[in-house]
Amino acid sequence: MTAALPRTLYQKIWDAHVVAMRDDTALIYIDRHLIHEVTSAQAFDGLRAAGRQLRRPDLILAVPDHNLPTTARLDAQGQRLPIDDPASAEQLDALTRNTAEFQVDFIDAVAPEQGIVHVVGPEQGFTLPSTTLVCGDSHTASHGALGALAFGIGTSEVEHVFATQTLLLKPSRTLEVRVEGVLGPGVTPKDVALAIVGKLKASGGQGHVIEYTGRVIREMSIEGRLTVCNMSIEAGARAGLVAPDDVTFAYLKGRPRAPKGAMWDQAVSYWRTLNTDPGAAYDKTVVIDASEIAPLVTWGISPDDSVPITGVVPDPDSFADPARRDAAAKALAYLGLTPGMRMQDIEVDNVFIGSCTNSRIEDLRAAAEVVRGRKVAPSIRQAIVVPGSGLVKRQAEDEGLDGVFRESGFEWREPGCSMCLAMNPDKIPAGERCASTSNRNFVGRQGPGSRTHLLSPAMAAAAAVTGKLTDVRELTS
Amino acid sequence: MKAINRIEGRAYPLGLANVDTDAIISAEYLKKVTRKGMGEGAFATMRRNPDNIFDNPEYAGAPILVAGENFGCGSSREHAAWAILDMGVQAVIAVSFSDIFSGNAFKNGILTIELPQAQIDMLLDAARDGQLAIDLPDQTVTTESGNVAEFGMDPFRKHCLINGLDEIGLTLQMEDAISRHEREIDERMPWLSSRRDAA
Ligand code: SF4
Repeated sequence: MTAALPRTLYQKIWDAHVVAMRDDTALIYIDRHLIHEVTSAQAFDGLRAAGRQLRRPDLILAVPDHNLPTTARLDAQGQRLPIDDPASAEQLDALTRNTAEFQVDFIDAVAPEQGIVHVVGPEQGFTLPSTTLVCGDSHTASHGALGALAFGIGTSEVEHVFATQTLLLKPSRTLEVRVEGVLGPGVTPKDVALAIVGKLKASGGQGHVIEYTGRVIREMSIEGRLTVCNMSIEAGARAGLVAPDDVTFAYLKGRPRAPKGAMWDQAVSYWRTLNTDPGAAYDKTVVIDASEIAPLVTWGISPDDSVPITGVVPDPDSFADPARRDAAAKALAYLGLTPGMRMQDIEVDNVFIGSCTNSRIEDLRAAAEVVRGRKVAPSIRQAIVVPGSGLVKRQAEDEGLDGVFRESGFEWREPGCSMCLAMNPDKIPAGERCASTSNRNFVGRQGPGSRTHLLSPAMAAAAAVTGKLTDVRELTS
Repeated sequence: MKAINRIEGRAYPLGLANVDTDAIISAEYLKKVTRKGMGEGAFATMRRNPDNIFDNPEYAGAPILVAGENFGCGSSREHAAWAILDMGVQAVIAVSFSDIFSGNAFKNGILTIELPQAQIDMLLDAARDGQLAIDLPDQTVTTESGNVAEFGMDPFRKHCLINGLDEIGLTLQMEDAISRHEREIDERMPWLSSRRDAA
């Protein structure tokens, strides 16, 4: 027998899931399927209309997140409060009905485990290394932090997975993003994510699956890796992966839906084989020096439009590419910014700490550290903290973080997608500016006419207490 | 799914790069639980501009849309494909597409065609004064003045689009292979099956 060719982590997971090949397209088996209320209703409808069965209800986990208001869900008597927006209520009801009809594991809006799908999956141990995991949501790449090949799919694909537990896919190219060195003070996984997206640009990862490697990634917690993998899609990549290691196993052990006992040991010994073999070739490698990453903030309407907080709003004329020049001019007009303006002079009206990018316990700790003993600036119209899940919320409360936020003037909300996208009551009014820990600063993303600056939780906290974009290092050092 | 052979008519000369799915259909339209009626919400932000091409009667009902690079980037919402289909667009021609959008488009029977920028520029010019004709079997786009752009196409997608084949039905024909794979996983990675884990 000849020695096996060296393979990348991506190739190993891919090879283990090929059910059949049809020309250059593979039928790939899907191990885990997360669903939420926005992209599943039409898929269940399609299934019903075609008289098809749900092949593996046991491999699905459903949780509502996008539409849920983040205000109290129960009244003083413990009765469920109604949802005002009839369209939201209808989507949420449809999820409840469909999961009951098809017998799918469902975390209800008022369950203590409810939260954003991409926070809940890892937290429940539903997301596991070496699995293929899909969800009708583009930030599914997050789950790659645990060594799962995870990607967003559309509703037709959700229906395809429902009926067949497979997807038709073409192999992706591989892109290694190696982050070497050590992060400076005040520089967080979010800054790493923004730096990577800024370097690759919004379409630089197209057709690729990214594997994040290097000392910075190895030394990062699962929470941090989730933040980095979460933004893979902002560089156009279908998925982002980190090879599972002891950090991963320690995180997963004992989680409710993770394997237990002898099964756990068997799983870990398999997971240990999942890394890129020495000598395996990536199609492309990009190296980033951690010492060159500063706390970043976006100035435009694409997540790749970022500059160090110490920088200035770029001059559109400074871009050589005419398309980029036009886009920058459009972005500045939309955001009401002038070239050369210091980022730190930009005043914000709102602060949002939350979303599947930055709503886990470490994010809340980092933000609380900055606001502790400080007050939200009086010019801020609204500052909210939205924990990524009920379990994150409870842990933060056990640590007293809710008190820290409340005393400083932040609102402490129920878990959900909240201000990340304008689908629930948490919206930014037209013309107002928001310092946001989410992942997208697109036109109208936080509400029609809303202006978004993406940044880390610590930086968002700093903006809340000063009323403008602020270098968090000046508050903490 | 409707079979596609030849698509002929006016084309919206959009031309822009990085048209994200938020721009195609904004979040407020994501709350529907059916696919119909999404066209009304398509390109809502651009439509606020009174001179937009989508409300220009000259292009009303155009079955083709021409755009720049990275069309359909951003959120994975399939509503973008439904909105485009519901507007009556059957083909989008662009320099490149986001992976998720082109997948969604295909699954809904929308033809996506990639052409280099120079050809896109030529088609944009032609689309402003006349019709375009797409011939899927021949893999060509022809302008009224007779300019022809040839495009590449995945043979499987082409076959499905021409025959109006539904993907799920095709995959269900592979039932044996899927079941075999499941038995193999149960054997080698028993922890993956929650049925077994629960037992
Ligand atoms: S938090 Fe934002 S990005 Fe994440 S799943 Fe919700 S809407 Fe999508």
